[in-house]
Amino acid sequence: MRLIVPLQSVVQGRGGLIFGSLIPCALFYFLQLYLKRHRSPKPQSNPPSPTTSSPKLAEMTRTSSRSNLFSRSIEQVRISSRAISIAKPNESPYYIGLDKASEDPYDRLSNPDGVIQLGLSENRLCFDLIEKWMSENLGHSITGRDNGELNINGIATYQPFDGTMELKLAMAGFMSHIMGGAVTFEPSQMVLTAGATPAIETLCFCLADQGNAFLVPTPYYPGFDRDVKFRTGVELIPVHCRSTDNFALSITALDQAFNQTRKHGTKIRGILLSNPANPVGNLLSREMLYAILDFAREKNIHVISDEIFAGSMYGNEEFVSMAEVLDSEDFDKNRVHIVYGLSKDLSLPGFRVGVIYSFNENVLAAARKLTRFSSVSAPTQRLLVSMLSDARFIEEYIKTNKRRLQNMHALFVAGLKGLNIRCADSSAGLYCWADMSKLISSYSEKGELELWDKLLNVGKINVTPGSACHCIEPGWFRCCFTTLAEEDIPVVLERIRKAVENTTDLLNSS
Amino acid sequence: MEFKRKNKTQLLSKIATNDRHGENSPYFDGWKAYDNNSFHPTQNPNGVIQMGLAENKLCFDLIKKWIMENPEASICTAGGVDKFKDVAIFQDYHGLKEFREAIAKFMGRVGGNKVIFDANRIVMSSGATGANEKIMFCLADPGDTFLVPSPYYPGFARDLRWRTGLEIVPVDCKSSNNFRITRAAMEDAYEKAQKWNLNVKGIIIANPSNPLGTTLDIATMRSLVAFVNEKNIHLVCDEIYAATVFDSPRFVSVAEVIQDMDCCNRDLIHIVYSLSKDMGIPGFRVGIVYSFNDDVMLCARKMSSFGLVSSQTQYLLASMLSDDGFVGNFLRESSKRLAKRHYVFTKGLEQVGISCLTSNAGLFFWMDMRPLLKEQSFEGEIELWRVILNEVKLNVSPGSSFQCFEPGWFRVCFANMDDETVEVALNRIRAFVLDRENQESNRSKLCWRKKHLRLSSSSTRLYDETIMSPCMISPHSPLVRAKT
Repeated sequence: MRLIVPLQSVVQGRGGLIFGSLIPCALFYFLQLYLKRHRSPKPQSNPPSPTTSSPKLAEMTRTSSRSNLFSRSIEQVRISSRAISIAKPNESPYYIGLDKASEDPYDRLSNPDGVIQLGLSENRLCFDLIEKWMSENLGHSITGRDNGELNINGIATYQPFDGTMELKLAMAGFMSHIMGGAVTFEPSQMVLTAGATPAIETLCFCLADQGNAFLVPTPYYPGFDRDVKFRTGVELIPVHCRSTDNFALSITALDQAFNQTRKHGTKIRGILLSNPANPVGNLLSREMLYAILDFAREKNIHVISDEIFAGSMYGNEEFVSMAEVLDSEDFDKNRVHIVYGLSKDLSLPGFRVGVIYSFNENVLAAARKLTRFSSVSAPTQRLLVSMLSDARFIEEYIKTNKRRLQNMHALFVAGLKGLNIRCADSSAGLYCWADMSKLISSYSEKGELELWDKLLNVGKINVTPGSACHCIEPGWFRCCFTTLAEEDIPVVLERIRKAVENTTDLLNSS
Repeated sequence: MEFKRKNKTQLLSKIATNDRHGENSPYFDGWKAYDNNSFHPTQNPNGVIQMGLAENKLCFDLIKKWIMENPEASICTAGGVDKFKDVAIFQDYHGLKEFREAIAKFMGRVGGNKVIFDANRIVMSSGATGANEKIMFCLADPGDTFLVPSPYYPGFARDLRWRTGLEIVPVDCKSSNNFRITRAAMEDAYEKAQKWNLNVKGIIIANPSNPLGTTLDIATMRSLVAFVNEKNIHLVCDEIYAATVFDSPRFVSVAEVIQDMDCCNRDLIHIVYSLSKDMGIPGFRVGIVYSFNDDVMLCARKMSSFGLVSSQTQYLLASMLSDDGFVGNFLRESSKRLAKRHYVFTKGLEQVGISCLTSNAGLFFWMDMRPLLKEQSFEGEIELWRVILNEVKLNVSPGSSFQCFEPGWFRVCFANMDDETVEVALNRIRAFVLDRENQESNRSKLCWRKKHLRLSSSSTRLYDETIMSPCMISPHSPLVRAKT
């Protein structure tokens, strides 16, 4: 905006030239100053929204700092708009809690007052078995089976980016075993990635364009917000599930979400499921799997089934993989893609081994090229081929793991019940989904976060609040119990009790 | 319920179906030719020798020896197995502290100990491929542009552009000044981009250069730093060949250059590193992003989850790279062996009149085949390349695949084979060059004869005609008339 100052009358007067130039300049200067002080910041291109509902206060602070940025934009260096939001400190309680627990980790002997980590689904129950295998098989684990001679070519040089055939064979066998032998996996339909995180991201890059969306039942694993949204530009549309039917997915809800999203002009490219579910731990029945496949075919969309907890069963229900359903019925296989990994079932998250299993040749061809950006380390592949090929060890591991999981789950859930905290029905996973809604001061997200804060800072236990998982009902918390020993359970329960000792419901329970 | 092929492809994303992965280029025909007919000294002595893959196999014996002598560094041995639990469960995207410290120390050492790298700024990724892509995700939005001095590594087209949605504008470097990056060329490229309404976010250089094998001199580095500061754009330095320097001048990291430049805004400076070339361990998938910009570092770190280095690998390397004695010996030996291999090849080629760009680094050299081109054009270059690939059976890489401004240059990798294979490769090149020169000299003799209307015996004429390409004989030539 520029004020066009009529100069004629000024110029025609005495000292016209001076006034004619001075006055407009001065006016212009003061106008710029005024505008600078009162101008609101230009809207930037949409950065991905933060992973959780952050308190209003944080948003206000953010807006004002943005306007400061703008006024200094000439000197400020420009990074990508996604980097601006990602670089900010994580406001999700999921990540804040993880950080706090890792800064002051509980140890029964060396740090009994530390934060007990119940927010990271890690399985430490069967490390003794893996360690034992290591010490009995050292010769094979890194050197391969060439009489103890280290074959450096096999671990140092470029390997196929989508994984060696030996490892794919071994993984196919392992996955089949884990799922009770009900389905056979083809190594040629497998693409190995550096963990399940890039597996999900790679599939999103293959199946959706920027601005498209995936439907995802809630509550869901907080990491999906990163895996799907950080870099792909793809959105997640929640399909809310409720406690009244134990957070089971319904086709009606899927359909409603699909139609609603389409009305707003966003294209849905698929459904992202986790089965067994994280954080609830329930399973999709065979009938529900059929129904989902029918829905996907009707809407012409994909199905991504994240089955990473398939081998972490403790219940009596039978796990049914998407692959099993596809095998048995005449469904269109081209739209189904399964994600798996060794982080949960085999307790090796550090090794970074994930799987994309697809029936779609075009997706496989694209995914293979994309694994250049996230391949499995060669020495790790060598080690795992040995481990996974040891059928006797795998058999023993799976059996023992299930038994110990069942035991911990039973103890933990019973312990929570003693505090009048019930858990959702679940059959798998390394966690339980606890209903602490009676312990929150107000039946709202705010109330839930206050309880989370009390549990973390007073009780010194880190659990994941339902809001971080986009749960529509406040008061639910995910508690992972597989990092605990049996002796730690009473400690956890005592800390919960202490953290909420002013809450009347808890006192009324006993 | 089966989909038609068209329908199937429509269900996929643009990224999954476009060509920006670059694997359909003629450049990859060479790889396919090698895969289908790989050279082996005894089992397939007439196969294709791979000279298109920049892999460093010269010092495997040193690495192997260290691993065997240091069992506790591997969690898969009696000495190390008690660490197994902690390592196997470790998935923190910060990375193992010991690993970061060891990498920072190694990078400092490779840079001649002129600069200290901060271990807290070390961010992991899956190889340099993952690192280059990640830094682009952090610095630029879809549709933005990066300048890249040509000739450049063909993988940049994929790593910088495919999933990020960015564009590349080359900064043309010419043989007349040994492919140096000039200020004028940078300005030219920048203006070109502006004219095309492209938003330039930065410039990415490889130092040492792939495919040239040269290191940047300090003056050029300072000029680059000044340029990006002036334009307020980013400078990404891909330094993955830093320890492959085998001759002077020594490698100078951009980190060293900016130490003396107070006017430099450090938020613009970023380094990509990897162990794939310097140590010859591409299978380990170790890529590093080192940014002086806090926001970029934080963002890149969170993105590490898409390509963390296996904790088993981190643990092993933390130990290996902290062994000062081993590292010192390794760097010295590696330089020596690279220098020797480079000498053998370049001298061998000199003997048949083929010159190479003077280089002091890298796992390859930049060969000047312009005298052997039938036509000084990119078509001529591809024709020559197909002959070298299909008849001489050497997979070398044509300059056009590196977006070289001038035709006739080829990149030849020399560090991925043993000494015997070197001999075979050299003999093949020598024989080919001499043969080609013979052909050329016969052709020019024939043209001379044609010019002077000398008739030779019919058998000689036939021989001459068969080795000449048809277009060389003028339909009005008396030779043709004489033949009929």
